[in-house]
Amino acid sequence: MDTFLLLGQGFLVAFELQNLLYALIGVTLGTAVGVLPGIGPALTVALLLPVTYKLDPAGSLIMFAGIYYGGMYGGSTTSILLNTPGESASIVTALEGNKMARKGRGGPALATSAIGSFVAGLIATMGLALIAPTIVRFALSFGPAEYFALMVLAFMTVSAAFGDSTLRGLTALFIGLTLGLVGIDLQTGQARLAFGIPDLLDGIEVTTLAVAMFAVGETLSVAASKRSADEKIEPVKGSVWMSREDWSRSWKPWLRGTAIGFPIGAMPAGGAEIGTFLSYSVEKQLARKPEEFGNGAIEGVAGPEAANNASAAGTLVPLLTLGLPTTATAAIMLAGFQQFGLQPGPLLFANNPQLVWGLIASLLVANLMLLVLNLPLIGLWVRLLSIPKPWLYAGILVFATLGTVGANPSSFELGMLLAFGLLGYLLRRFGYPIAPVVVGLILGPLAEQQLRRALAISQGDPTVLVHSPIAIVLLLLAAAAVIVPLILRARGKGKVLAQLAADED
Amino acid sequence: MSDTRPSEADRPGQERRPDMGALAIAAGLAIISVVIAWNTATMGGVASYSRVGPTAFPYAIAAVLFVLAIWTAVEAWRGDFPEREADNIPPILWIVGGLAAQMLLLKVAGFSIATGLLFALTARGFGRGPLWKTVPIGIVISLAIWFIFSRGLQLSLPAGPLENLL
Repeated sequence: MDTFLLLGQGFLVAFELQNLLYALIGVTLGTAVGVLPGIGPALTVALLLPVTYKLDPAGSLIMFAGIYYGGMYGGSTTSILLNTPGESASIVTALEGNKMARKGRGGPALATSAIGSFVAGLIATMGLALIAPTIVRFALSFGPAEYFALMVLAFMTVSAAFGDSTLRGLTALFIGLTLGLVGIDLQTGQARLAFGIPDLLDGIEVTTLAVAMFAVGETLSVAASKRSADEKIEPVKGSVWMSREDWSRSWKPWLRGTAIGFPIGAMPAGGAEIGTFLSYSVEKQLARKPEEFGNGAIEGVAGPEAANNASAAGTLVPLLTLGLPTTATAAIMLAGFQQFGLQPGPLLFANNPQLVWGLIASLLVANLMLLVLNLPLIGLWVRLLSIPKPWLYAGILVFATLGTVGANPSSFELGMLLAFGLLGYLLRRFGYPIAPVVVGLILGPLAEQQLRRALAISQGDPTVLVHSPIAIVLLLLAAAAVIVPLILRARGKGKVLAQLAADED
Repeated sequence: MSDTRPSEADRPGQERRPDMGALAIAAGLAIISVVIAWNTATMGGVASYSRVGPTAFPYAIAAVLFVLAIWTAVEAWRGDFPEREADNIPPILWIVGGLAAQMLLLKVAGFSIATGLLFALTARGFGRGPLWKTVPIGIVISLAIWFIFSRGLQLSLPAGPLENLL
């Protein structure tokens, strides 16, 4: 098995002392920031990206992998101890987890969530390692037309398929695509939408946009909200260890959640956290004590939390093998690669196997570190939760601007941060999703490049886009992703879709 | 996504008025669309060697944005947008003021003073004061951050009078 050999070499990279240290710093920072209320995985990686600027590519990506997984863990701690619905992908965890915490069973809830995340992360990362070479082989046969079709599919599933309005999803996407136009055209050197401003020639930084939308936009909308949410931190009483019964009720949901979450995350359509909802309803169906659901059933924490982490690892499949980000978090990670001039995709596996496999191995290492780190340090994370709002958000903005200034010490960049922050606030107020803007910004230029490459090969004949069966299938799926939800909503079934949308901040 | 937001289905028959805010968004989208088209048309210069040059994609995006603007206007007119809370302007002004102050002072006063002001004004936006206490706290915190990140991680953060003392 070639894969295991490559993975073994990856472990050699991951076990270098310096890389272990980077992974440890990554998971610690990721958890600490992810735990803060109002900060989801997307913002965690965007805020911490600058920390990795000065490292070498391998070290930086390894730290980044740790941040990503750490952010996911931190988010579930917040949901269990602090009922903040709509905070992040772990919204389902809050349903049962917070109930458990209120009954004084916060410890076992955190434990099942941490161990479930570990199991899911382990299996899903192995899945990533096994499945990636196959997809890479397949993807190497893709021409520009297939890539373009794939990106169109990603655009449509990220923007139109889920959420409560096709219109608002598409609008958010096209705002992102418009921002992606700004700067020098990759192929001709022509400046577009730069209005003669030199700072705009390099285009708009994905991290600036993401930090502005998620951090500044979120801060503004929390500050402007008159409703002061009743947020009560549930103290962790008693033992954090799970009883024998907890174990026997948890292990099957962990495995089922992983089985549900990973494929959904791995599909190029895995933009939304459907996996957690599916897992929740599956566990509810299969539970021996269904009456406990709604009152703190441990299965309702174990399953969705595993699904959540499995699909987070799953989204790395299209990101690493195809260069296709399907969530805002993945889009920011793509930006993390691009800062070193690396373009994820099949060629990265071929040209830079040490880096890719080192990264995958580091995910496994980070996963183990998180398990060790999380349970004993839970008291510390809980203390982070109780930071009063004014200090919390003041701190978030300080770090948001720190990242922006660190990347590019100019007042203009801060001006953009402010402008996009206001834009993010407006989008939130009017119910627009944020992720399509970020994905549109980073994927738009890539899609344009593929489109023009395809048309250059065909000498301008647009039918080249539908010459291969793969491209046709992908484009049909993309069309379906727009049309089917439109019909469902027209028939009044839009509520289900709205619930499936990930509110990724 | 909170489930508490009333959806259209919950309130049948109720008269919905045109949503002025959403209409403004529609107008904004239309303006952006026109700006893209105008900018693309006047960018001139480079003779494109392939038939699909740097103008095709912007035109396509401008066209779709225009359609989206019309669609938004229709939904706004029918009042299809989700309901919003009333605006609570003062906190927004404090925070935007903080960001603006940091932006303007960054080069002149250095990272710590500029960011300390941002810290204090944001806290003020959330109702925590008084400024004469929070501004110094913010500056001290920012100075510590400056020290860690610019000395430890070698980020190039602008230095001002305070940073030069260190």
